[in-house]
Amino acid sequence: MKRALWQFDFYNTKIDFLRWRKLAMGWSVAVLLIAVGSLLIRGMNLGLDFTGGTVIEVQYPHPVAIPEVRETLVKAGYGDAQTQHFGTSRDVLIRIPPREQMNAATLNNQVLTALQGAEGGAGVTLARAEFVGPQVGKELVEQGGLAALGALLGILVYVMFRFEWRLAVGTIAATVHDVLFTVGWFSLFQLEFDLTVLAAVLAVIGYSVNDTVVVLDRIRENFRKRRKGSVLDIMNLSINETLSRTTMTSFVTLLSVIVMYFFGGTVMHGFSVAMIVGIVVGTYSSIYIASASALYLGISREDLLPRAKEMADDQP
Amino acid sequence: MPTPHSLNQYPWWKYLLIGLIMLWGLIFALPNLFGEDPAVQISGARVNITIDAAFQNRVAALLDADKLPHRRLELEADRLLIRFADPEEQLKAADILKDRLGRDYIVALNLASAAPGFLRAMGLNPMYLGLDLRGGVHFMMQVDMDATIKQVEDSYVDEIRVQLRTDKIQYSSVGRAGSGGIQVEFKDAAERDKAAQLLRKNLSNLQSTAAGPLTLKFTLSEREIKEKRDFALQQNITTLRNRVNELGVAEPIIQQQGVDRIVVQLPGVQDTARAKEILGATATLEFRLADEENDWNQAAATGRAPLESRLYKDRNGRPVLLKKRVMLTGDSIVDASSGIDQQNGGPTVFVSLDGKGAKRFEDATKDNIGKRMGVVFIENKTETKRVGDEMKKTTYTVEEVINVATIRDRLGRRFQITGLDSTREARDLALLLRAGALVSPIEIIEERTVGPSAGKENIAQGFRAAAIALLVIAGFMTWRYKNFGMIATAALAANVVLLIAALSMLQATLTLPGIAGIVLTMGMAVDANVLIYERIREELRNGNSPQAAIHAGFDRAFDTILDSNLTTLIAAIMLFGFGTGPIKGFAVTLSIGIVTSMFTAVTGSRALVNLIYGGRKLQTLSV
Repeated sequence: MKRALWQFDFYNTKIDFLRWRKLAMGWSVAVLLIAVGSLLIRGMNLGLDFTGGTVIEVQYPHPVAIPEVRETLVKAGYGDAQTQHFGTSRDVLIRIPPREQMNAATLNNQVLTALQGAEGGAGVTLARAEFVGPQVGKELVEQGGLAALGALLGILVYVMFRFEWRLAVGTIAATVHDVLFTVGWFSLFQLEFDLTVLAAVLAVIGYSVNDTVVVLDRIRENFRKRRKGSVLDIMNLSINETLSRTTMTSFVTLLSVIVMYFFGGTVMHGFSVAMIVGIVVGTYSSIYIASASALYLGISREDLLPRAKEMADDQP
Repeated sequence: MPTPHSLNQYPWWKYLLIGLIMLWGLIFALPNLFGEDPAVQISGARVNITIDAAFQNRVAALLDADKLPHRRLELEADRLLIRFADPEEQLKAADILKDRLGRDYIVALNLASAAPGFLRAMGLNPMYLGLDLRGGVHFMMQVDMDATIKQVEDSYVDEIRVQLRTDKIQYSSVGRAGSGGIQVEFKDAAERDKAAQLLRKNLSNLQSTAAGPLTLKFTLSEREIKEKRDFALQQNITTLRNRVNELGVAEPIIQQQGVDRIVVQLPGVQDTARAKEILGATATLEFRLADEENDWNQAAATGRAPLESRLYKDRNGRPVLLKKRVMLTGDSIVDASSGIDQQNGGPTVFVSLDGKGAKRFEDATKDNIGKRMGVVFIENKTETKRVGDEMKKTTYTVEEVINVATIRDRLGRRFQITGLDSTREARDLALLLRAGALVSPIEIIEERTVGPSAGKENIAQGFRAAAIALLVIAGFMTWRYKNFGMIATAALAANVVLLIAALSMLQATLTLPGIAGIVLTMGMAVDANVLIYERIREELRNGNSPQAAIHAGFDRAFDTILDSNLTTLIAAIMLFGFGTGPIKGFAVTLSIGIVTSMFTAVTGSRALVNLIYGGRKLQTLSV
């Protein structure tokens, strides 16, 4: 067994997964309550893309202390700016909340000039500057929400066509679970949620369904193939049979995302974290949430048997 | 049931097809291997400036005189390209050339494909790098449409006033209503009815309603509002295009987004403060009578204009003397478009004026028929310069005569400017007239700037992540699935080649999130192989022969692979629809990657498996 684990050999496992479905459901509900609670109480640490405002990333030719930079900014009239190191001690990230001013668009140029004019500021270069007007941010929040809903809906319709409705609902339950978990994670740890993270959440929506489909395909296949055994048994069998597949596909994708986290640069950190969380929790939800939900909805063997015509087609 | 020997063999044409597709991929991906040279691109600032071999020699001499190292000069259709070994040489040369060549030429920084000539001749280009990878600035601007409609309503207020006065109809007030529309109040019902009849006839595009016992209200039709909005947007885009030329940007993108927004992307621009100043410049027009009594060249030679005149230059630098009195200003122009003259078939520009302007212009032109008239284009620019420790903002104007024409008739609401040399000249003139006309205010609502070194760092990190991901996945797959793992790795490499080929062919913009999409697709492409191989293992465990197991593995895993890829594709398409800039890049690479991975991971790896194992007697399978 020890060797099997090391080799990812989950072939002849006979784990009674669904025996713990109540526990798993309870755990998921509890975690989701925490996620929703955190979203309601702490909210999201929304990035510039959504809040509007200005972000300026500058590079000093030499290491610089944050208080020094802050002092320069306060003197120049930017007391509301947040300052932090970004990557190295030569890189400084400055955030300025949205302002109701005509010259908001030229703010970053003024800040850069102020920094260059200060003592020890010669040679400061601009690495990145972003300004987002408040109206743009508001729209992105709306459109982002719509895109996420659209993706969920599109997938729901697709899965409905492909599977029986109880399995479709199970799939969507699993996907919503993954999205809430990922977003909740960002809320709980107050990680910055920007456009790339939103892109990752949408990718999680698409990817989370992958594993679920693998399990559901097998459940359907086994219902048709095996005439014996309870619904619970067949589901358990299917989960066990596909265990190496679900874990292996997730693991490979996880590998690529982890590489991105470590080597893709600071800009991609948020994206990678969201994908990592989403993939891990997606694997769990494919095993538990999708099948258990279908079970609670009262799925039976008859629901999955092909209709007469389809059966004829299946014959060689 | 097929016999084991006929299993897992493709007909010859399938191998050929796969081979051809891979060949296509390799050819299209090839230019990316050579990278891009930093280059300086020189083009003429005006139509009549030609870039030819003589000019090439002149630039070569300039470069040699200043001992500026460069790789080579290339003469293209209407531009000269100079390649450099590194960005520092490029920047230095660009600065010096800008200085030496003056305002007649646009000197812009560019990246030029370093692929050999025959590849470029075939139209093959490397992937187009987004601003976050090559450095540059992205602006999103919003046109103030409320102000636009206000301007239109104001011109109708003038128009109505003129109409009522001409017909001697008594009214007590005309003005814009607070809630939009134009409100006219009368003293008695008889005058109101007369006015209603007149205005409904003459201004039939307005919708009129009674807003009170003695009040008429006119509103713009939906169609007209839409037209005016479109016009305002197009006008701003035109103006921005002109300004961007001045900035010296090699491949600027200026395009409409939504109904009231304009996206401006300026690759390679580092000085965003200057970019904003130039883009934010405002322009006006003045129509003035030509000074026919004095010699223009003489005035130019002495530099002194007669008392009542001013000395200007036209676009080709020739002197023009115009009277000081202004006949008409640009804010009276409602529209200007180029076309063909009905009478002589020559190129012409149609100009429309608003009511007030038409009245003024009629008065000014009726006594001057047969005389010449010049149009002056005036741009107000601001420039911020460092003076000691302070940044000083200076405002200056640039004035240029864009047309001199003879007044043939009394000119009113609509008139034409004819006698132009070419349709191109007509188009340029219409463009400038519009640019100097009533301009709807625009505001920058989003800016994203990436410095060139940050862009380079982003590329380096992105590609390093992609390369490491490829190695890690290849290592893992080979360890776990032995020979089949190597086949999956080959398929994965083929997938990356096809993805890069597709991106190069479509010239889709590659962004940093786009590279993340490539890395993610690598992980997901291998998923398909994992599903197939796990199925093969399962079939083997169930006691099937190796050949049958391979066959069943590919066959049965296919539905699952299709399902899982389609769902991800749905999410990617949603993301594309929503996406702005870099995120769109992610959606694009993810979508293309999913499609190409279906081909390589299923068909491609199947072909390799068939080639290696097909038609052979197998006892065991190393999977």
